[in-house]
Amino acid sequence: MADKKSNPAQVEDTGHVWDGIRELNNPCPRWWLNSLWLSGIMVIVYFILYPSLPLVNDSTKGLLGWTQIKEYKEDLAKVEAIRAPSETRLAAMSVEEILADAEMLNYAIGSSKVLYGDNCAACHGTGGAPAEGAGYPNLTDDDWLFGGSLNDIQMSIANGRAGTMMAHKDLLTEAEVDQLVKFVVDSANGTANEAGLALFNAKGCFACHGADAKGIKAMGSANLTDKIWRFSGDEEQIRHTILHGVNDASDPKTRIAVMPQWSEKLAIMLQVRADAIADDEDPNDIDWSDELEGDEAERLTETDIKKLTVYVHQFGGGQ
Amino acid sequence: MSEESKKQTTSVDELYEEVSEWHINTGGIKIVAKRLAGRFRTLKWLGMSIWSVLFLGPYLRWNDSQAILFDLPNRQFNIFDITIYPQDIWMLSLTLLFFAILLAAVTSIAGRVFCGYFCFQTVWTDIFTWLEGKLEGNTPQKAMKFNNAAWTVNKVSRKAFKHTLWLSIGLLTGISFVAWFTDAFNLWNNLFSLQVSVTAAVIIAAFTFGTYTFAGFMREQVCFWLCPYARLQGVMYDQDTILPSYDAERGEPRGRIKKGQDNSAKGSCVDCNVCVAVCPTGIDIRKGQQDGCITCGMCIDACDSIMDKVKQPRGLIRYASYKELHHNAKAIPLYKRFRVIIYALILLGAMSGIIYGFMNLSPTEFKVVHERQPLFVRLSDGSVQNKYTIKLLNKTKETLEIRFDIKGLDGATLHGLKLMTVEPGKVVPVTALVRVSEDKLKEGVTSLIFTGEVLSDSNITLKYKSMFMAPK
Repeated sequence: MADKKSNPAQVEDTGHVWDGIRELNNPCPRWWLNSLWLSGIMVIVYFILYPSLPLVNDSTKGLLGWTQIKEYKEDLAKVEAIRAPSETRLAAMSVEEILADAEMLNYAIGSSKVLYGDNCAACHGTGGAPAEGAGYPNLTDDDWLFGGSLNDIQMSIANGRAGTMMAHKDLLTEAEVDQLVKFVVDSANGTANEAGLALFNAKGCFACHGADAKGIKAMGSANLTDKIWRFSGDEEQIRHTILHGVNDASDPKTRIAVMPQWSEKLAIMLQVRADAIADDEDPNDIDWSDELEGDEAERLTETDIKKLTVYVHQFGGGQ
Repeated sequence: MSEESKKQTTSVDELYEEVSEWHINTGGIKIVAKRLAGRFRTLKWLGMSIWSVLFLGPYLRWNDSQAILFDLPNRQFNIFDITIYPQDIWMLSLTLLFFAILLAAVTSIAGRVFCGYFCFQTVWTDIFTWLEGKLEGNTPQKAMKFNNAAWTVNKVSRKAFKHTLWLSIGLLTGISFVAWFTDAFNLWNNLFSLQVSVTAAVIIAAFTFGTYTFAGFMREQVCFWLCPYARLQGVMYDQDTILPSYDAERGEPRGRIKKGQDNSAKGSCVDCNVCVAVCPTGIDIRKGQQDGCITCGMCIDACDSIMDKVKQPRGLIRYASYKELHHNAKAIPLYKRFRVIIYALILLGAMSGIIYGFMNLSPTEFKVVHERQPLFVRLSDGSVQNKYTIKLLNKTKETLEIRFDIKGLDGATLHGLKLMTVEPGKVVPVTALVRVSEDKLKEGVTSLIFTGEVLSDSNITLKYKSMFMAPK
């Protein structure tokens, strides 16, 4: 092991002398040399076992057949195997049942975070609250254009939503617009007067926003009497909405407000099921081969949409 | 070469010459230490016997489960009636601090007591060499004779028996270690039915191999070249530290006593070399304090026995401080030694912390986390809502039912969750919503207290100071 000839008189030197100190020519320690050889051998073993030498189009594969993506997929399969029992249970449950089951609720919320981040957060914001002035609906408050119940939310995600409001720039005089803007602002503060309401009814606004101006869920029209604004409570912005409407293809300045469809298949299924229940039929008797063509678009699976429904419902505004 | 550099060359060579006399054993020589009975030998056995706790401890039962179980998969330490969760782990830091400072304190008072009487390297090596001595001869001469002899059936069987014994001790050490972390009886069942987990198997194998190599072959080389404590503890000495030392003033000039001659010019040391023969690390204590000395006191026992034989007073090699040996100074009492006082204070602090921790183990861990995104939500009636995640860890052994409430904020109402059940050892995150109506709303951040009432146990109080946020 260590050098046993520490007496320079017994050791040859390299012939180099600095300041009277001779450089001795002791061999490297054996253990050190051995580890050098070992590490060299390890490189060869590694080259044989693992992908290593780059070739023109490919590289050597190595005896173990190991690749990074394979390892990743194997690990992913392990995660999925752990999740599988919960996923299977979740698939068989309705959204109401998930909400009532503390354990599954916890699982649904936990596993929806990434799903929501990937598909929803771009518009609706990380926690369900979009950036101010961005013009997207806030999912955390208690005001819902298309309803805040579990079924309503599920339908909104599955089928998407696009409420429409006609552009009124050619239908109203400037004075009428001023009066309606004032009426809308006053309604939110609870100080609307009769004259405003008369104009609201005379110009047909009630047809969509309801006789009490509280909106109609089926049409997705806004409630004008609460303190939450779909776009903005600023008078100029209200005027813009009245003049140019929402999703009115004839007006280039119209507001665009479209929630995309995430599963045509689920949307049809939900509608058929709801209709069957409304007609006092057993939804279990539905013959899906009659209802579904088999080529319906599915950007998210039914289970994913269930999870997201529960996730959005739990933001704090669910009804 | 100039005159001056020539002169330097000579002096450097002299230095080499001097160093080359300093013998360093790097494993080339196998040390077979002679075993002699004596005070310090008894003390060493006593110190070693503490390790029996490692082997027997896991089989202690308490309320139908293992009395002491460090249950890592379930993230809890069970110590008799007490269960310690990761939240209480600061007590472990204090325990580690306590033992680290205890090592420093003991070392500064009486040298490497840990190394000499308690260190697992010393203890296991001592057991291994004791077995080896029984089988192959317990003096260097006998051992050499045995090893140089032809390979007879007797020699082979003795060698085989020795290695079997060593490996068995290693295996038992590994199993005993693992038994602190999993149910001991289950572990034995699994071992015999070959169903033991991979983790446990790897740990047991590592311990078996490690014990076999370190105590069987590496021995004192571990203390010399591997162990950081061996080097660290050397710097914890001061001139008042008592260490096994050779009284050179009394012993020198050493020399063999010759019958019928005048020995009065000689010192007390009769140069019998027994002190070297008994040393487990193979050093010569007469060369003074050195890094190989684990202060086990075997040389003291050896020298005392010789002094008795030559009718001289004991204590030529004895526990003595540097000051005592070189300045004839009396030992100063412990309470006057600054270092010892500081160590004692830290020990006291750490111990008080641990005792406080055990006295005040909370039955629950209650946390309320305010939602970060969004911080607040304006509702349709103009009120503002905040969202919170309540986390309650149940550290008791019963299922707890808790009723939550809020206080400290005028006009605030709690929505959603009010009652919650938490099973033992579980933590369930739940959502709570707090609303403040528009007319009671204050700008910015106001404080808010969450309280929880445990329905089955009124002794447990839950309180968490959080905040309510509103737009500015």
